[in-house]
Amino acid sequence: MEIDIIIFVLLVFMAIAALIAVETKNLLSSVISLGAVGFGLSMAFLFLRAPDLAIVQIAVEVVLLIFLIRATISRDTIPETGRIRWWGLAFVLLLMAGVLVFGYFAFHDLGNFGEPIISAVKSTPSNLYLREGLEKTGAANIVTSIILDYRAYDTLGEATVLFTAIIGALAILRSRTKTDKGERKK
Amino acid sequence: MKGMSLIVKTVTRWVKVFIFLFGVYLIITGHLSPGGGFSGGVIIACSYILLTLAFGKEFTLNRFGTGIAKVLDSSSALIFLIVGLLGFGSGGVFFANYLQKRFPGEELSLLGSGNILISNIAIGIKVASSLFLVFIILSVLRLVTGTDGIKRIVQDEEEE
Repeated sequence: MEIDIIIFVLLVFMAIAALIAVETKNLLSSVISLGAVGFGLSMAFLFLRAPDLAIVQIAVEVVLLIFLIRATISRDTIPETGRIRWWGLAFVLLLMAGVLVFGYFAFHDLGNFGEPIISAVKSTPSNLYLREGLEKTGAANIVTSIILDYRAYDTLGEATVLFTAIIGALAILRSRTKTDKGERKK
Repeated sequence: MKGMSLIVKTVTRWVKVFIFLFGVYLIITGHLSPGGGFSGGVIIACSYILLTLAFGKEFTLNRFGTGIAKVLDSSSALIFLIVGLLGFGSGGVFFANYLQKRFPGEELSLLGSGNILISNIAIGIKVASSLFLVFIILSVLRLVTGTDGIKRIVQDEEEE
């Protein structure tokens, strides 16, 4: 019960920070509010007993903040002007109301928070990993034993995504260009 | 990109080693405690980004250039793939943990998990060099229009 209150407070804080990030005119304050959302998410992961995710979230958040601040700090900020389209707003509000009603009925019959249904059955993969993870892989950290042993193929896919992104960025933004005749030009 | 003030430089000189070592610690004990290749790699990249911000781009690029970062990026991706492919020969399936099967080692020790340690190190090097390259691309290079009308990317001479 106690953890519910902490998570609720963190979620309200993150929602307010996200609203500020969307609505503020200044780009730099928007970026800093986005950082507040990330750090709130990291604390939420920590309270939900996922220290691996919390470490990754806080490290990536710091790097992302540096990138975004360096990208925005020297730019001129252009305040956006325009009128609100009321029918669009009404449509979005209707859609959100529908999702909320659907979510209330969909989550009504689920189990309590922190007691996943899948752990009630002994032979599910998650229980298997928890029971046999240490002796089969030698890794005491179950998260690592899953992402680098049981599900290493997924991790290879993630590494490929990162590699392809870097290759694309380097190919587009290379400092040396080629002319039409194919000779290298500095 | 020029460096920052004397205070930042002095603090960076003291702190950089500890940030780097914390990243290395997260990588090599990723199978025993929270952490792992990705978070450790991001923190190592953070230490280099801090050096670049504090001392200017020449300081970092002269010691850890983009060429080295590219080579590290590609070779660590290749190491991770080879670790997976070697599972075919030894364990029969892709990414089989053959080292742990063959040399089980002590439980809860540093070398007790076989392939996972090697994969963690490879992913850590890969993420560190990738993020460092992203930072260099995004912050040091800049698009300018030359005198002949051709747009090209240069390393920016000074900070606005």
